[in-house]
Amino acid sequence: MKSEIFTLCSPRLSEGYLLMKYALKRAAAGLATILIVSFLTFAAFSLISGDTATAMLGTSATPERLAALRAELGLDRPLLVRYGEWLLGFFTGNLGVSTSYKQPVWEILGAKFRLTLCLSLMSFVLITAVSIPLGLWSAGRRRFEGARTALNQLGMAVPSFFTGILLSWVFGVGLKWFMPGQFPDGKEDFAGAAVYLFFAAVALSIPRIAMTVRMLRSTVQEELGKDYVRTAISRGNDRGQVLRRHVLKNALPPVVTFLAQTMAEIVAGSIVVEQVFVIPGLGRMLVSSIAGRDYPVVQAIVVILAFWVVLAGTAADLINQRIDPRLRIGGAA
Amino acid sequence: MKRRNGFLTAGLVLTCALAALILLGFFWTPYDPNAMAAGPKFGGPSPAHWMGTDNFGRDIFSRVLKGAGATASIALATLAIGAVCGCLAGALTGCFGGPVDELLMRLNDALTAFPNILLALVVISLLEPGKKINVILALGLVFIPSFARVTRTAFASLRDVNYIKSARLMGASNPRILAIHMLPNTAPVLLPALTIGFNNAVLAEASMSFLGIGVTPPDASLGYMLSEAQGMLFAAPWYAAGTGLVIVLMVFSVGLLGEGLRRQDKGVL
Repeated sequence: MKSEIFTLCSPRLSEGYLLMKYALKRAAAGLATILIVSFLTFAAFSLISGDTATAMLGTSATPERLAALRAELGLDRPLLVRYGEWLLGFFTGNLGVSTSYKQPVWEILGAKFRLTLCLSLMSFVLITAVSIPLGLWSAGRRRFEGARTALNQLGMAVPSFFTGILLSWVFGVGLKWFMPGQFPDGKEDFAGAAVYLFFAAVALSIPRIAMTVRMLRSTVQEELGKDYVRTAISRGNDRGQVLRRHVLKNALPPVVTFLAQTMAEIVAGSIVVEQVFVIPGLGRMLVSSIAGRDYPVVQAIVVILAFWVVLAGTAADLINQRIDPRLRIGGAA
Repeated sequence: MKRRNGFLTAGLVLTCALAALILLGFFWTPYDPNAMAAGPKFGGPSPAHWMGTDNFGRDIFSRVLKGAGATASIALATLAIGAVCGCLAGALTGCFGGPVDELLMRLNDALTAFPNILLALVVISLLEPGKKINVILALGLVFIPSFARVTRTAFASLRDVNYIKSARLMGASNPRILAIHMLPNTAPVLLPALTIGFNNAVLAEASMSFLGIGVTPPDASLGYMLSEAQGMLFAAPWYAAGTGLVIVLMVFSVGLLGEGLRRQDKGVL
């Protein structure tokens, strides 16, 4: 009812209202996903680490002592109650205590999180800045199509840890632009840290650039075959201009969705790349925590990364709503 | 006019050559991959040792052959689990629909939003890291949703096709329709999906072993060897180069094969 009145009074206002409504809906769906993922993670890890008490006291402990410790740790209560408490802790900054570092998880992860965030954003900017012009350029051309596709396949075939090793060999060992394995402290040597992260971001980006170019190319080519493009060109418009002004606009929504997926891939890729470059970020922490069976830390990192993935997906949907009016009518109403 | 499909030919040739080499590696390698001092320590590539030798004087080419075998067999086993379970789920939900379909696809959407390697890491940490069978299980499980999604669409599009209706009228049973009438017709979608799945499995396995939570010695895979090679980057850069290039070649040739299959289906050569 309210929306109808808005529609009658002011089309602009109603647009904003609908968008708002859509954003709320989308945020709710994202939140639900995070809840499900975090619950599954929590349940799974409680299931295997169920014997925390035995692990702490050893197998020779008496049942009474075990029971006492379980009560002390709160392990004797139902799973849902413990999950609720953990969730509350997640949002208030109390993630429990790491079993191997004996420190609050939140304190351990704070700086690492910022580092991984920097690396991921750098890589994301790199991917977007390189692949969109490259994809457009590649879509407009017919010559050497086979060779370019083969090159693209090659780009996707090179795993980021191999690129990372090659980069640290050429630029680290060879040219000495950075010291492989020794990440400079960002506070003391900001430029050094930035250069170091840049190379890590390059290693992370190459396969994803290949994928994004491929995706953009096929979307743009599909768009180029449509009537409005022929019309625009037949009316004497410049080909490059049509490509940038008309085609890119129409080809963009699937690419935005794809880039959100890429954000998720970057997060996963950073786990490996941090290992190659010995960057003390979340990914490296995740690996060492899995190896050391430090479940509170693993759980926290998984949920943080899940949060990230869902956030990127939600952001992509909202951006698409803004850039594609066709989605606005169907999606928001 | 029939044009040659260069991608398919190149992909097939490369994949077959590589497969033959890997198969050979199961039975025969130039040197014993674990024999110390098969050559000089940190020897560069030479006619006797094609990829040089490592810190113990082990022949790297022999080791890479064995490692490629481990990586490829894990990827294939992963693919088998993912494809069989995924196809089954996709076929059943695609054909019969209903609330189960709805629920599974929602779950699928949520799962595919997460990167493979992250999910695999969670599963492997629930199982026990470092064991071959657990790596296969973890990766196989993670690959189910993507196959389920692809095959579901393919099966659903075949549901109301006339020849399926005819088969049904002739009294063919559901399993028979699914397996004999529908499955072969999903090949254009399924085959490229299999090549992509294989590549993802190779990369995921290599990443996990590289991180040290995948396959660990004695049966080392390419990923583990690459992490070993990284430690000797100063002394023996050829170790990393050889191992990495084999991974790249493996994924590249199967990628070409997939591209060829896709073009064959679309008719875009």
